[in-house]
Amino acid sequence: MVKEIERAGIPVVHICTVVPISLTVGANRIVPAIAIPHPLGNPAFDKDEQKAIRRKIVDKALVALTTEVDGQTVFED
Amino acid sequence: MKLTLGKIFIEDVQFGKDTKVEGKTLFINKDELLDAVGESEYIDNIDIDITHPGDEVRITPVKDVIEPRVKVDGPGGIFPGMINKVQTVGSGKTHALKNVAVVTAGKIVGFQEGIIDMTGPGAEYSPFSKTHNIVVVANPREDVKQYDHEAAVRQIGFKAANFLGELAKNLTPDEEITYETLPLLQGVEKYPDLPKVGYVYMLQTQGLLHDTYVYGVDAKKIIPTFMYPTEMMDGAIVSGNCVSACDKNPTYVHQNNGIIEDLYEKHGKEINFVGVIVTNENVYLADKERSSDWTAKLTEYFGLDGVIVSQEGFGNPDTDLIMNCKKIEEKNIKTVIVTDEYAGRDGASQSLADADPKADAVVSNGNANEVIVLPPMKKIIGMTDYVDSIAGGFDGSLREDGSIEVEIQAITGATNETGFVKLTAKEY
Amino acid sequence: MSKKRVVHYINQFFGGIGGEEKADIKPEVREGVVGPGMALQGAIKEEAEIVATIICGDSYFNENVDEAKKVIMEMVKKYDADLFVAGPAFNAGRYGVACGTIAEAVKKELKIPVISGMYPENPGADMFKKSVHIIETGNSAAQMRKAIPAMANLAIKMLKGEEISSPAEDKYISMGVRKNYFHETRGSQRAVDMLMNKLAGEEFVTEFPMPNFDRVDPLPALKDLSNAKIALVTSGGIVPKGNPDRIESSSASKYGKYDIADFFNLDEMSHETAHGGYDPIYANTDADCVLPVDVMRDLENEGKIGKLHRYFYTTTGNGTAVASSKAFAEEFSKELLADGVDAVILTST
Repeated sequence: MVKEIERAGIPVVHICTVVPISLTVGANRIVPAIAIPHPLGNPAFDKDEQKAIRRKIVDKALVALTTEVDGQTVFED
Repeated sequence: MKLTLGKIFIEDVQFGKDTKVEGKTLFINKDELLDAVGESEYIDNIDIDITHPGDEVRITPVKDVIEPRVKVDGPGGIFPGMINKVQTVGSGKTHALKNVAVVTAGKIVGFQEGIIDMTGPGAEYSPFSKTHNIVVVANPREDVKQYDHEAAVRQIGFKAANFLGELAKNLTPDEEITYETLPLLQGVEKYPDLPKVGYVYMLQTQGLLHDTYVYGVDAKKIIPTFMYPTEMMDGAIVSGNCVSACDKNPTYVHQNNGIIEDLYEKHGKEINFVGVIVTNENVYLADKERSSDWTAKLTEYFGLDGVIVSQEGFGNPDTDLIMNCKKIEEKNIKTVIVTDEYAGRDGASQSLADADPKADAVVSNGNANEVIVLPPMKKIIGMTDYVDSIAGGFDGSLREDGSIEVEIQAITGATNETGFVKLTAKEY
Repeated sequence: MSKKRVVHYINQFFGGIGGEEKADIKPEVREGVVGPGMALQGAIKEEAEIVATIICGDSYFNENVDEAKKVIMEMVKKYDADLFVAGPAFNAGRYGVACGTIAEAVKKELKIPVISGMYPENPGADMFKKSVHIIETGNSAAQMRKAIPAMANLAIKMLKGEEISSPAEDKYISMGVRKNYFHETRGSQRAVDMLMNKLAGEEFVTEFPMPNFDRVDPLPALKDLSNAKIALVTSGGIVPKGNPDRIESSSASKYGKYDIADFFNLDEMSHETAHGGYDPIYANTDADCVLPVDVMRDLENEGKIGKLHRYFYTTTGNGTAVASSKAFAEEFSKELLADGVDAVILTST
C-alpha cells in the first residue's frame, strides 16, 4: 500500500515493527514501531506512559515526513 | 539418544462399554474419556464424537490435532511440562496409536480455527481426513477470557490423547522403528565422511492462538536451542496455535515431523543428521534479529554442512525465515527453506512478504489463497457459525445450502510448512 | 470433423509488403496463409487451418491503437476463428507490442485462445506475458524454424482444449501465476532431496524463484507541517466496533473508510481490530496503539500539524494479496488527493 500512496503523489511514512519487510516491499520513509500486536503502545506501561511512547513515535514520523531522503531511510533513535 | 517407536495400526474407532483396543479396533467408553479429561473452570460443556475417513462430516472450528502416544520405557512421559512432569524425553520406547487422532473443536476462541472435511474435495487437502478422529467439542463458559479459553481447550486435548495413549502401553506394536542420534562428537567420529545436516525448526510464537510450547515453556521466551529429534516424538513440542489453520503445526505434526523422519531415512547412510535447532517467530524485531543470529551461530558451532529450515505461518514470519536463511548461508552452510505461498486468489500476486536472493532452494507447500468450494456435509461436528470470519473465510463464505466457499487457508494442515503434505505450487 | 479455424496476425515485413517505409499501412486481410503462416500451417495441418492472415503496419498499429484494434477485431470475428496467433515478433519492439495488444484484446473480447511468440527482452513480452501465452523465441527471424514448432505445439493443445503445461515444458514465457497441484512426494521428502543435491553441488530446481520487488522514488519532504492535512491509514485492521463492513480477518477483499471527526481517542467501546494475524487483545482494548488518533488530535490542537483528515482507511494486511492491497491503495489515494491530504501516516502491525 505504501508504495501506491507514494506513487499517487502523497508523501507517506510507514510506521511498522518488521522493518525488513518494509524495506523489502519498498517503503522510503520508515519509522520502527514497538511490536506487531501493539505497534504504537506498550502494555507494560500505564496509559499515560503508553501515550508518551506513542507521541514519540508519531513525532518521529513527522520528522520523517519533513526530511528529504534519496532512498529508503529508516528513522532510528 | 535412542528411541524405539512402536506403531499400533488402528483400523476402526467405536464407542463401547469399555475403553480398550481389541484387534484393530479402539473402543471408547465416552464417560471414562470425559472423566479423564476432567472439568475446567473455564469450560461449560464437553462432548465427544467419533468420525471416520469418508464420512460426510465437517469438523470446525478445529483447534488442535493430537496423536495418542505413551512412553513404555525410558525417562519421562508424553507431553513433558504440559501433562507429565518435566523430564528429558526422547529415549527408550514409545508406542503410538496410528491412524487415529484426537481433534479439539468447539466455540471459537479467535478468528482463526480450521476446518477438516472427512470426505469430498476438502478432504484431499487435510491430512486429518485420513485419520479416525475422536473429536472433543469443548464450549467455554460465558465471559471467559480468550487466553483462559484457549489454554483450557489445549489442555483438554492433551489429556484425552494421553488417556487414549495409555491403552497402547501393553500392546504389541505392528511395526517398530529405532531412531538414534549420537552426541555431536561421537556422531562425527562414527560418520567421519558424511555431511553433517541439521534442521532449524521455526515455531509460531506471536501471542494468543499463535503460541507453541517446548517442555511447557512458551517458545516466545526461549532463545534458539538444541534438541534431539526424538524428543519431538515424545511430545516435547506442542501446539497452542491454529491461526490460518493451513500452515500451522498441530501437535500431531510436531510428533510426526516429516522433515525429521525423512532426514532419519538418510541418517548414517548419506548424511549425519546431527539434530534440531528450535527457534521462534516473535513480534519484536529485536527478537527476530537475536533468534536468527543464534540459529546461525548454532549451525556454525555444530559444524553443519547443510540445513533445512521450516517455517510456521506467513506474513511477518517470512522475515524470520529469510533472516535465518540469509544468516546461515552467510556461514557458508547450504540451506533449503520450506514455506507456503500467499499469491492471491488468482495466484498472480507476490507469494512471500520478504525475499532474498540467497534463498535459492525453496520448497513450496502451495498457495494458501486458492479458493475451494466445500460441499454441504450431512453432519457438522462443532459449528459453522464462524466460517465467514475465520482466516480464509469471507463474508458469504457459508452459503445457504451449507456449502462453504473458502480459501484453502481455512483447512487444517492444507499447506503445512514442514512438508507434511504433497500440495505445492508452480508457476504458469 | 471439420478442421479448427485459425486467424494469423503479422506485420508488413513478414507480410512481404515492405520494411520500415511500409510500416504505416492499415490492416488488411488475405484469405489463407502468408509468409510465416506457411510453416505454421504445415505444423498444425492435422488439426487446423489458417483461414485468414491479417497484415498491419507496426507504426500504424501503435499510432492508431484503438482504430486498429477495432478493425482487426472485426476481421477476426468475420472469419469465426477458434484460435488467434500473433507473430512471432522475435525482438521487434513495435511488432511485439502490437502482437501483445491485439492478442490480449481478442482473448478478452472474443473469448478464444490466443498465442504469440517473442524474444524475452521484447518490450511486448514484459507488457503482455501476464495475459497472453507468449512462446519464447530467439532474437531474430533466423530463429523462425525453432519458434514455429513450439507455437504449433501450444496451438494444438489450446485447440484441443488440453491442459497447458508449465512454461518450461510448453516453452512459453512465464505468466507469473502460481497454481497449486499435488506432487507425487510430500514436501519434507522434496526438501531433503533438494538439500542432498545442493550439498553434492548438483543441479536443483527451487519451487519458488525469489521475486524482485519494484521500487518507487521518494517524494520531496513536506515543507509546512503546521498547515498540513494528514491522514491515517493502517493495515492493522482497526474498524469501528462490530466490524460493520465485515472486513475479512485474513486475505481481505476490501478496505474500510471510517469517520473519526468526532473522536479524540479510540477505546474498547468504539473500535476493535478485524485482523486475524496477531494477538488482538491490545488493539481491542485500546486501538490507539495501532491507529494513533489520540496523539494526532493533540498535535492538531497544539498546532503542530494543520489537521487530522476526518477519515481513516483500513484493511487487514494478513494474508492479503499484494495485488489487492495495491488496488485498495490506488483507489483510496485518489480520494485522499481529492480531499487535499498532504501526507499519510501508514501503520502496520
